[in-house]
Amino acid sequence: MTKRVAIIGVGTTGFRATTPDVSYRELTYEAATKAYLDAGVEPKQIDAFVATSEDFLEGYSIADEYSPDQLGAVLKPIYTVSGDFLQSLASAQMMILSGVANIAVAQGMSKASNMLTLSDMVTFAMDPIYNRPLGESPHAVAGMEMARFLYETGTTREQCAQVVVKNKRNALTNPLAGHGVALNMDYVLNSEIVSSPLAQLDISPHSDGAVVVVLAEENTAKVFSKKPIWIRGIGWCSDTPGLETRNWGQAVYAQMAGDMAYKMAGIRNPRKEINFAEINDEFSYKELQHLEALRLFKKGEAGLVTEMGGTEISGEFPVNPSGGCLGVGNLFDLNGGHTVLEVVLQLRGEAGKNQLSNITTGLAQSWRGVPTTTGAVVILSN
Amino acid sequence: MRRVAIVGAGLTKFYRNTLETPKELAYEATKMALDSCEMRLSDIDSVVMGTAPDAFDGIHMKGEYLSDGAGAFRKPYMRNFVGGGTGVFAPIHGWFHVASGMFDTCLVVCEEKMSSAYPHPAGAFLTIFDHTTEQPLFPTLIWIFAIEMNRFMTTHGYRKEDIARVAVKNKKNAMDHPSAQLPAEITVEDVLNSEVMAWPVNRLDISPTSDGAACLILAAEHVARRITEKPIWLDGVGWCLDSAYWCTRDLYYPDYLEVAARQAYKMAGIKEPSKEIHIAEPYDPFTYKELHHIEGLMLAPRGKSVQMLVDGVFNRDGNLPCSPSGGLLGVGNPIAAAGLMKVIELYQQLKGEAGKRQVPGNPSCGVANAWGDLMQVGTVVVLRK
Repeated sequence: MTKRVAIIGVGTTGFRATTPDVSYRELTYEAATKAYLDAGVEPKQIDAFVATSEDFLEGYSIADEYSPDQLGAVLKPIYTVSGDFLQSLASAQMMILSGVANIAVAQGMSKASNMLTLSDMVTFAMDPIYNRPLGESPHAVAGMEMARFLYETGTTREQCAQVVVKNKRNALTNPLAGHGVALNMDYVLNSEIVSSPLAQLDISPHSDGAVVVVLAEENTAKVFSKKPIWIRGIGWCSDTPGLETRNWGQAVYAQMAGDMAYKMAGIRNPRKEINFAEINDEFSYKELQHLEALRLFKKGEAGLVTEMGGTEISGEFPVNPSGGCLGVGNLFDLNGGHTVLEVVLQLRGEAGKNQLSNITTGLAQSWRGVPTTTGAVVILSN
Repeated sequence: MRRVAIVGAGLTKFYRNTLETPKELAYEATKMALDSCEMRLSDIDSVVMGTAPDAFDGIHMKGEYLSDGAGAFRKPYMRNFVGGGTGVFAPIHGWFHVASGMFDTCLVVCEEKMSSAYPHPAGAFLTIFDHTTEQPLFPTLIWIFAIEMNRFMTTHGYRKEDIARVAVKNKKNAMDHPSAQLPAEITVEDVLNSEVMAWPVNRLDISPTSDGAACLILAAEHVARRITEKPIWLDGVGWCLDSAYWCTRDLYYPDYLEVAARQAYKMAGIKEPSKEIHIAEPYDPFTYKELHHIEGLMLAPRGKSVQMLVDGVFNRDGNLPCSPSGGLLGVGNPIAAAGLMKVIELYQQLKGEAGKRQVPGNPSCGVANAWGDLMQVGTVVVLRK
């Protein structure tokens, strides 16, 4: 790869449980305006755009129709990726590397508060012949996966509860986060069991919000930005969609996406060469499972380190200093957008009270949620 | 920028009501494409999925559901979506994968199973309109296209009986297509006498709803040379969306398509499209759309396409064969798969492997486009041999 690609601007609305005052288009408009201002670009200077949406989450049959106007992308190259935000970011990066764009934008948005029948929708994501007739709730899939993960690695429910305590506490000092709260571990453990061993507080609550990221090719980036954040590696992968054929204990998709990103970034020892990570923690155990899949910790080690405080903001390897999905809220396909936003802010030194010190490289990871086995990883450096 | 080649293709038969699941359709097309160039799944570095609304197949996140059927098991896999334009956008997205240098090969799979939507897949289009300004009027897709067709006819003084010739031509061309769902020898009178859906759109002006899948294999130049002696090059790509607020636009001309076409022509080094392009597959879900797109692709001057149609220029043996495959009107319209079917037709024509459909004159450059959303998407590819 000869060219390098940098993130030169980020914009967000912040993330809240409900946003009755704005429509989903206005959420994107606000994030886009801030991102363009941050990057110092006018919409007319942007060569191409990538939007992120899934029809059922937006409530439209062809949700991508409504992508251009609020981004300033009318009569411009724009398309939609029906995937995670990090996949859109990868797609935008490929446009820049292939030379069709110098400056490209990736957009993602969540209006989860509009969804009245979310669990029915997730059931609709199951295989219509083999899985849907079982009528299982999405949380049953997560519960089974958690049980297998705990069994295979010797991780405990207490260690998972510690993830919840840590992330929700981190969110208290992150002004963008919507679900920060100070809890103790017993409170998490004693919350209602949804699908054993998964308890209510192991599950991340929903949030609304939007994120827009401006990317640029190396020479352009240096003109526009004093603090470009470089994309060193990016990877994405889909394991099997079938419930019957997947590996329930390990996150194979995260491991393979991570390996692709590490290879591109030339990283051999991720634990040593990466300083901190924003990891998908839609369910508490997912943070630990993903950390191990990404080879940031050995099998069974992530829970122990979390218990000892090693993944706190002051720890040896901070994980989810923003608060993660548990603290910021589950943003569905914008989850990757929130993680990349936080890594960029950290690397620029703009993360406020949650700022980490002496960092040069961060990792953002995402997962598309139950029942998928699709995930993506991006490695950024300042 | 690396040069990207098409090295293999697969296409299922198009049906109104298949017994195969969406995943099986995707598998069938993928397997055919791999077999066509003697490649194995282990040779494939990345997979792109193009498939239109989830409401057709009735599966939320249907890209995820289709992934293993499309050969994406444990591979980098991404689904793109630009409504009806998806079928021609998918190879463009695949082009990014290869031209960027990230991957050497990319499998581009498009699938649509519209028959899963009961009682009729048109129901899926009720929720494509703006929730505040349009949905309360209960518009249907055919209504808004009737508005566009009317505007197109009125502006240029086109007559319905002339536009109907597109259906006659395309359904006849489809007689020679092994995947075709609605090939027929019909007359202009048949079109005019068919049921009026929303004036000026009659039943035979509209392509059918279909189930089907299609697949293309893209490879970087150095890989393509090892796979085939006759790679077909994907030399130009262009795509664009106009405003979603379609009521504010003049519908007589597809600006979005011209913008996309100019991008693709520039990349392919085409200065005079009507002279340098030998064969076209304009998107024809409705009869008038083929002509609308021929003008948008700048293959005919504005207001002149109907005369060229009447003169036989767009026939298979004409100067500029358009939809020699039979198009959506003849072969069928499983949305995303139909768009990719058009690209596959160009691939086969340029290779000289289109059998009975082969256009005379040894064509060396072709263009295909697709269109969708609220009459706002233009996706264009230019292929060369």
